[in-house]
Amino acid sequence: MNQPASAYFIEDRHDPNETHTLAVLVQNEPGVLARVIGLFSGRGYNIESLTVSETESQKHLSRITIVTTGTPMVIEQIKHQLDRMIPVYRVVDMTLSGRAIERELAMVKVRGTGEPRVEALRLADAFRARVIDATTESFVFEITGNSGKINQFIDLMRPLGLVEVSRTGVAAIGRGPEGM
Amino acid sequence: MSDKSHDPNQMTGAAMIVRALIDHGVQHIFGYPGGAVLPIYDEIFQQTEMQHILVRHEQGAGHAAEGYARSTGKPGVVLVTSGPGATNMVTPLADALMDSIPLVCITGQVPTHLIGNDAFQECDTVGITRPCTKHNWLVRNVNDLAKVLHEAFYVATSGRPGPVVVDVPKDVQFATGTYHPPRKSDVHVSYAPRVKGDAMQIRKAVALLASAKRPIIYSGGGVVNSGPEASKLLRELVEITGFPITSTLMGLGAYPASGKNWLGMLGMHGTYEANMAMHDCDVMLCVGARFDDRITGRTDAFSPGSKKIHIDIDPSSINKNIRVDIPIIGDCGDVLGDILQVFKAEAKKPDIKGWWSEIATWRARKSLAYKPNRDVIMPQYAIQRLFELTRGRDTYITTEVGQHQMWAAQFYGFEEPHRWMTSGGLGTMGYGLPAAIGVQVAHPDSLVIDIGGDASVQMTMQEMSTAVQFDLPVKIFILNNSYMGMVRQWQQLLHGNRLSHSYSEALPDFVKLAEAYGGVGLQVSKPADLDGAILEMISVKKPVLFDCRVAALENCFPMIPSGKAHNEMILPTEAADPAAFFASGKALV
Ligand SMILES: Cc1cc2nc3c(=O)[nH]c(=O)nc-3n(C[C@H](O)[C@H](O)[C@H](O)COP(=O)(O)OP(=O)(O)OC[C@H]3O[C@@H](n4cnc5c(N)ncnc54)[C@H](O)[C@@H]3O)c2cc1C
Ligand SMILES: Cc1ncc(C[n+]2csc(CCOP(=O)(O)OP(=O)(O)O)c2C)c(N)n1
Repeated sequence: MNQPASAYFIEDRHDPNETHTLAVLVQNEPGVLARVIGLFSGRGYNIESLTVSETESQKHLSRITIVTTGTPMVIEQIKHQLDRMIPVYRVVDMTLSGRAIERELAMVKVRGTGEPRVEALRLADAFRARVIDATTESFVFEITGNSGKINQFIDLMRPLGLVEVSRTGVAAIGRGPEGM
Repeated sequence: MSDKSHDPNQMTGAAMIVRALIDHGVQHIFGYPGGAVLPIYDEIFQQTEMQHILVRHEQGAGHAAEGYARSTGKPGVVLVTSGPGATNMVTPLADALMDSIPLVCITGQVPTHLIGNDAFQECDTVGITRPCTKHNWLVRNVNDLAKVLHEAFYVATSGRPGPVVVDVPKDVQFATGTYHPPRKSDVHVSYAPRVKGDAMQIRKAVALLASAKRPIIYSGGGVVNSGPEASKLLRELVEITGFPITSTLMGLGAYPASGKNWLGMLGMHGTYEANMAMHDCDVMLCVGARFDDRITGRTDAFSPGSKKIHIDIDPSSINKNIRVDIPIIGDCGDVLGDILQVFKAEAKKPDIKGWWSEIATWRARKSLAYKPNRDVIMPQYAIQRLFELTRGRDTYITTEVGQHQMWAAQFYGFEEPHRWMTSGGLGTMGYGLPAAIGVQVAHPDSLVIDIGGDASVQMTMQEMSTAVQFDLPVKIFILNNSYMGMVRQWQQLLHGNRLSHSYSEALPDFVKLAEAYGGVGLQVSKPADLDGAILEMISVKKPVLFDCRVAALENCFPMIPSGKAHNEMILPTEAADPAAFFASGKALV
């Protein structure tokens, strides 16, 4: 192996990357989101999607859902690193549990007239997207689903006059009667 | 006046801070005043239970508190002002985070209504220190202050210890509110470090240990963190199993260097026998160490044939760099106690005579050997003499960072934990002198020596003034090779001996410098004069700068080159022409 003169050992790692969705229950206190995001940037982890909102206001609990990619060892590190933060109550790997429902909401603006406009409406119907704003030359669709479905919808809208997209990021919850 | 004024728990934020420190048993605090902490300094002035040590630079306060903490097992406490006071603390905070040292740092902040306005001496202290603390808080309401301070002490000292910052705006220091003494409910419910190891895992570990043919114990700083009891249990485990033991830089002293099962330190500059045994072992018991890159070298070639047990209180240390077979999350004192109990009840000392004879052949290579010299003081020799002449005394050693640090680790024999203070993870030059001050504050009658390098000591030299002011007779033992030796060594081995900016040009006269501060300066350059000078240093009751002129170009060996595994170290004997060795495309870890 050839490596430059260095204080560090430079290693190629070839483990394949995996995508995991993590649900993180945190004390809703100032700076908590900065801590979580800082952990990801500081340690070089990926954030594919992040959503956060207070979920139990009396208890000041917020739920952060993070979609991340990494090798299995890195994913394990991410979970431990999150879990050791003082305001973090629990970290659940929704992907590992194998029983999670993931949803995302997107608002998609499409501009056009004539045949493309009709086509957009038809596709929206097929995807169960709702029209939430309309002018004579545009629509805003609201669509909910997993990220794959939303990506697909956006791809289809592109040639039909896609103007812009706003997405919430992924929220996830486990199936069945138990809470996290 | 209202009734409230008679309530002893009604007080200003500044008074609460002092009261909380006293309630947590703090006897010494290291700090430096400024506008944003004046109310707290005013409270300090009016009490006698706690002594404030005034440093000369906030970094000095931080490292002093680290030395204090590491040598006592208690948290080190620091008080600094906003803005530059806080930013000067960043290095010690990062250092303490890396080495798991409990620190409680209180910073002043501009008044709440000015936060975010670029006010005078404002900086985003919680933002800047977030990645270099275990946790931090900005307290905006005086009625939250008591709870936060108590929680701060708990977080700093429990689980894997670390530094915390409590940032207190000046108006909160002036405001009056209600104080309460420490209580359980002051702690985040979300924070509950695990102390007790899983019983099933412990049984599995014992079974594996009992079946070992080529076992090794690899211990680390976590044993020291856990407290003296953990070291006792570690020694007992070595005794009843008969296993060889090595330790990281951070764990030195947990097992005595004079113990018969001791292999010396492992890792990049560890002994041949320790690294070979790590490489060839069949069972590895890692206790409170974190498989740092200075230890593992190339991870895919790290101890390839062994089953590994890892005891650590922090789950994020497990499987971070090296996959282990039996992880045990818990305090190493607790877990070692359980392992011992199960081992005594169910296992027999395995027969590992063959393994010991293999180890004997590695030992025979004498990997720490160096060429003695009658005219020039060899740095290794200087440490050996320092060790011999301070042996049996009540001695604490701190170090700076560089070759001298490694030679201290290799040649000074530590018999007890908490006696060795060094910056391992961050490798902070300038750590040792203020750390020695902190140690001396905690142990006024002990002999406290900072083993330094000529470059490192200049980074925090100003703290000599602190030592003189507070009658702290620290000994700064400088291995003066007039180079940044560690940098020069790497330049020689890796960069064609182009010594770019690693010569210590314009060194001060350390003897005169010591005298200028009101301390004592000693200088020695002949091996024959060394013992006498060391004895003189020990007998002086003042801070001493000891300028020990040593061989300028000596390299620190053994060493593991990179792209290499533990069984491919360079020994001093092979290093006669080290440049040639490295020229063949091999580099250092
Ligand atoms: C120039 C230089 C060269 C160096 N060369 C070497 C070298 O050759 N060899 C070497 O060993 N080091 C060397 N180091 C030091 C190295 O960088 C690391 O700091 C060191 O190896 C880490 O030691 P450790 O694994 O014991 O971990 P520490 O940093 O001490 O970490 C302690 C571990 O124990 C855990 N822990 C803490 N408390 C407890 C508890 N109560 N119970 C259970 N677990 C606990 C923590 O979670 C952590 O995982 C060098 C440093 C410098 C500056
Ligand atoms: C604050 C800081 N800056 C730079 C370094 C990089 N560094 C590591 S060792 C070293 C040289 C130390 O020289 P000296 O103190 O004279 O010790 P020696 O190696 O000669 O024993 C340097 C510059 C560091 N560790 N810390």
